[in-house]
Amino acid sequence: MTDALRIRFLSTSLIIGFFLTWEVLCILLNVSDLVLPRPSEILVTMWTRFPVLWPHILQTLYSTLFGFSLGVIIGVALGVIVGTSKIAYAVAYPLLVGFSSIPKVAVVPIFVLWFGSGTTPAVLTAMVICVFPIVVNIATGLATTEPELEDVLKTLGASKTEILWNVGLPRAMPYFFASLKVAITLSFVGAVLSETVASNMGIGNVMMTASSNFQVSLVFAGLIILALMGVALYAVFSLLERRVTGWATRGNDIAVT
Amino acid sequence: MSPNVSARAAQPVSTGPVHARPALELQDASVVFGSGEKAVTALAPTQLKMERGDFLALVGPSGCGKSTILKLVSNLLQPSEGLVLVGGKEAKAKELRIGMAFQNPTMLPWLTIEQNIMMPLKIVQPFKHSYRTDKKGAFRDRVHALLDQVGLKDFASHYPWQLSGGMLQRSNLCRALVHEPDLLLLDEPFGALDQFTREELWQIMQTLYLDRKPTVLLVTHDLREAGYLANRICVMSARPGRIISDEPVNIPQPRDIGMIYSPEFVEMTQGLRELIAQVRST
Ligand SMILES: Nc1ncnc2c1ncn2[C@@H]1O[C@H](COP(=O)(O)OP(=O)(O)OP(=O)(O)O)[C@@H](O)[C@H]1O
Ligand SMILES: [Mg+2]
Repeated sequence: MTDALRIRFLSTSLIIGFFLTWEVLCILLNVSDLVLPRPSEILVTMWTRFPVLWPHILQTLYSTLFGFSLGVIIGVALGVIVGTSKIAYAVAYPLLVGFSSIPKVAVVPIFVLWFGSGTTPAVLTAMVICVFPIVVNIATGLATTEPELEDVLKTLGASKTEILWNVGLPRAMPYFFASLKVAITLSFVGAVLSETVASNMGIGNVMMTASSNFQVSLVFAGLIILALMGVALYAVFSLLERRVTGWATRGNDIAVT
Repeated sequence: MSPNVSARAAQPVSTGPVHARPALELQDASVVFGSGEKAVTALAPTQLKMERGDFLALVGPSGCGKSTILKLVSNLLQPSEGLVLVGGKEAKAKELRIGMAFQNPTMLPWLTIEQNIMMPLKIVQPFKHSYRTDKKGAFRDRVHALLDQVGLKDFASHYPWQLSGGMLQRSNLCRALVHEPDLLLLDEPFGALDQFTREELWQIMQTLYLDRKPTVLLVTHDLREAGYLANRICVMSARPGRIISDEPVNIPQPRDIGMIYSPEFVEMTQGLRELIAQVRST
């Protein structure tokens, strides 16, 4: 407990120290605002421009979560199909690996081509980019289920669906939630990226516009907002993971990530 | 010296239909794993017949195919040759309600002990039918009563990893019993227990058996356990196993636990011991 407190204290100090150093160095070296604004300036910009930024934050959040939700649904469905059949697993695995190694960023121009710029490509990019880690994790979780656990239900005469619900899926949950943490971060990256190149809404777009107008501190304000959002999304899902799949870590309290 | 088998089977069964068909029949059933040069015969062609209400103990050297027989009966394995009939039909028809305690307790790690033990009620008819309404009431009470009987009542809401090996084995037994099976398959269910707990559970097991008279097939390495609980003992030869001896235990039930130290009982287990010692060396 005291250890956890100390670590928390140290990491908070590190973050504050980082921004303090940044501030002090900018003053000492007399860095121009147009190159690297001081954190205090960025904070002021964030505060004063907040009413303008807020709708963009919501937009980015919306694209991310919408795309992510679609991705989860598709990912789980595909994962269950691939994971429950040994043949499907063996057959589909090379294709899955191939797909997942494509840099998903490359799909943005295609979506823009098909759907024009705006929210749609952002949502779709967020979706596509997060499907594969989910599929692979669900499939792995299902495919590596210990046969002994399934035998327990088989002797009772359980149907395939009952075995999936009572053994396969719960067994795959730790894999699923671990992949959600990764997936939400990827979705977020995808949405922001798509906004940056092909939208007039969202934090990505705000940063792009601010950069072409030399509003440097607004660019940095956008960056910090993105960092905060990213951390928040990750935190929500790792909290969820710990809540739901505590059994996989045998109830040990693992460090907050 | 042995009363014939059907005389014993004529005892009335308190619940469930009474059929003339034997509860269990292996007709030259054998199991071979793999093929070609790597083929391993886990079970040589075996004949075995159990009437309803029989309590049969299966003993034999390690690796002779005892667990394999249980897996055949519970339809986890199909025989390579021969037939396995359960309640007069092929094993996969699930004619009888089966309760099985595996050799290694396989509690699902994401469920509490209570939820684990309740699993059969969720899957097996007629309990499945009212699972939703009864799981917080009647079923819960039933699980708690069982846990209480095996001395685990304080552990209902614990997770499997919080229990010792022996405690897991006791939970395993509860799970095999909770849905009142007609056919109980027990694979060394008392192996990881100390002598006192073991004898206590033997007594509980005997009470449960005499209560409902299910058909029980018990695999064990403990000859005293076999003699105390069973009314028939089969000895298997070393791998590939066959049943080489099939003897009734002619001691009226319920049996007193002190009996296992009586001269007659010791003599019987000695006899079995020598038989197994012989088949191990050949
Ligand atoms: N899946 C398998 N593949 C190949 N061989 C197997 C398999 N399962 C069991 N065997 C073999 O079948 C034989 C019988 O195994 P089984 O588990 O029935 O033995 P057992 O009598 O239960 O032994 P023990 O008393 O040690 O539990 C063993 O010699 C084992 O090597
Ligand atoms: Mg065995």
